[in-house]
Amino acid sequence: MGKTITFSEALNEALHEEMHRDPNVFVLGEDIGVLGGLFQVTKGLLDAYGGERVIDTPISEAAIAGAGIGSALVGARPVVEFQFNDFMTIAMDQIVNHAAKLRYMTGGQVEVPVVMRAAVCSGIGMGAQHSQSLESWFAHVPGLIVIMPSTPYAAKGLLKAAIRDPNPVVFLESRLLYASVGEIPEDEYLLKLSQSFVHREGNDVTVVATGRMLGLALTVAETLSKEGLELEVIDPQTLKPLDTETILASVKKTGRLVIVNEGSRSCGFAAEIAATMTEQAFDYLDAPIQRVTSKDVPMPVSRVLEKEILPSQDAILQAVMACV
Amino acid sequence: MGRPHITDSTDMSDIALLEWYRQMLTIRAFEQTVLASHKRRLVQGPAHTYIGMEAVAVGTCAALRDDDYITSTHRGHGHCIARGLDVNRMLAEIFGRATGYCKGKGGSMHIADVSRGMLGADGIVGGGIPIAMGAALGCRVRGSSQVVACFFGEGAINQGSFHESLNMAAIRNLPVVFVCENNHWALSAGFEATTAVSDAADRAAAYSMPGHIVDGNDVLAVVETVTQAVQRARGGDGPSLIECKTYRWEPHSVFNTQDPRPPEEVEAWKGKDPIQRFRTVLTSRDVLDAERDLKLQREVDQRMQEAVAFASESPEPDPADAVRDVFA
Repeated sequence: MGKTITFSEALNEALHEEMHRDPNVFVLGEDIGVLGGLFQVTKGLLDAYGGERVIDTPISEAAIAGAGIGSALVGARPVVEFQFNDFMTIAMDQIVNHAAKLRYMTGGQVEVPVVMRAAVCSGIGMGAQHSQSLESWFAHVPGLIVIMPSTPYAAKGLLKAAIRDPNPVVFLESRLLYASVGEIPEDEYLLKLSQSFVHREGNDVTVVATGRMLGLALTVAETLSKEGLELEVIDPQTLKPLDTETILASVKKTGRLVIVNEGSRSCGFAAEIAATMTEQAFDYLDAPIQRVTSKDVPMPVSRVLEKEILPSQDAILQAVMACV
Repeated sequence: MGRPHITDSTDMSDIALLEWYRQMLTIRAFEQTVLASHKRRLVQGPAHTYIGMEAVAVGTCAALRDDDYITSTHRGHGHCIARGLDVNRMLAEIFGRATGYCKGKGGSMHIADVSRGMLGADGIVGGGIPIAMGAALGCRVRGSSQVVACFFGEGAINQGSFHESLNMAAIRNLPVVFVCENNHWALSAGFEATTAVSDAADRAAAYSMPGHIVDGNDVLAVVETVTQAVQRARGGDGPSLIECKTYRWEPHSVFNTQDPRPPEEVEAWKGKDPIQRFRTVLTSRDVLDAERDLKLQREVDQRMQEAVAFASESPEPDPADAVRDVFA
């Protein structure tokens, strides 16, 4: 038996369940307590668990990150919220030089079980400092797990798994997905990290799409299906460490690959998958790999202009047609 | 304000005093061993020595419980020794060997021993301050009575991480003691030239926490003040900032051959040697005599020879280990 739920409700359920299960799980960040989070993901937690475990912080991103990392080192299970992933850039020393590296630098002595949540707020005219999709930055750093859920089902199952994982996790949530609905089981469930999910099977073209891009890819797939072209649509879910095998198996089957990723183009996540598939599946490819990404331009506010920069269904369609 | 009150929680017996003295001797001998080993090309990577600052680490750690935590800095060997880490494994780490605390992956700047509450040295100036504040928050969440001592140099107080962390520690009354080791020089940058306040402790007022200035070359003064701050922290009354005025005798690191500091200033501080000062105190209290002193020094020297033998004879890491320990 399932139930229909929004993406933000799914995340909220995950937090409620994990805080109920483990008294060491706590949440902290800006506006997460009284307000319930800018995007209502932490709604109701303050009433349920009190101010010692639901902590409204000052606007101090480096200290927020450090609070998560330091508390994780001594046995707590912090879930940090950064509001916009753009704001994580202020905390990059803590995230990159500390969270990611403490286990390795200490020869494996420590675990750093901190989850760092943030929203990717593209597509709503938030401009250049509030619309970036920085997953590739984090995926570039050894030692960080990077997750981008695309559905309510993935959001809940992956967040619960992330909280229980002993490693630092960057958990990026697309703002435009918060109100999206989907079905999840009534009973508790967890999803495995580093496991891609095949949302749609098809023999003609493999489309790998992350986060909000999955929905666009699935719409294009439905359109093309009517014309007899069957896309296989895969969401990596965990971008790092990546489940390469699922993508590889699909590419070997279809011989064609389109990667859709919202981050800007150069040195991006799409480039990483393209490179990996070129290395491992070159002989199976029947056409050049296509990337659909944001352009290498800061995000403008105007809807007309923003649309020019972001990946679109049209762009995905064109990329698919370019390789068939 | 009067002199801080010494609580019962810090053992001030003759045995304890001699142990602090032995730790200070060990730190100095260890650093001299590191310098000599660097000349013999046994040290891998940089190393920053703590000579001249021994009283700060020893005095601070003396005020802590065994289950308390510390965070450290790039100049962290003294903190490790004061926290009871094994000099064999420390030196092996500095030599990049498999038997080191971090299996050769951390080196001098990242020695850690979580089993002794030593959460790690840190190569980023100011990088450990948010972590210490976070560890204190974690202790609170877990409902423990542990306290965190956070070491950092005076150079770190101009990092944003210092401001953010002290503020957050203060608003939540976290059990953390911020110990600023003011050795007056951040590589080539003098304290006065880089810092708008004349005393780092003045910054405490901005966070409504007590700020203390301590003679960092007087181990007993450090013990007294840190003990008071630890008691305050453990009692739920929040953090303190303690500025220990001290000096490093050597250049910034083993890689820095040029020392921009005035030679007469360096010499003047060598005249305030924390070990000699403590020796005088112990002798005047009849805790130490020349014979016992010599015996202690010989034991420490012997210990260093053993550490060099252990570290230099230890195996290099297995190349296959390079890719391990990234994820748990």
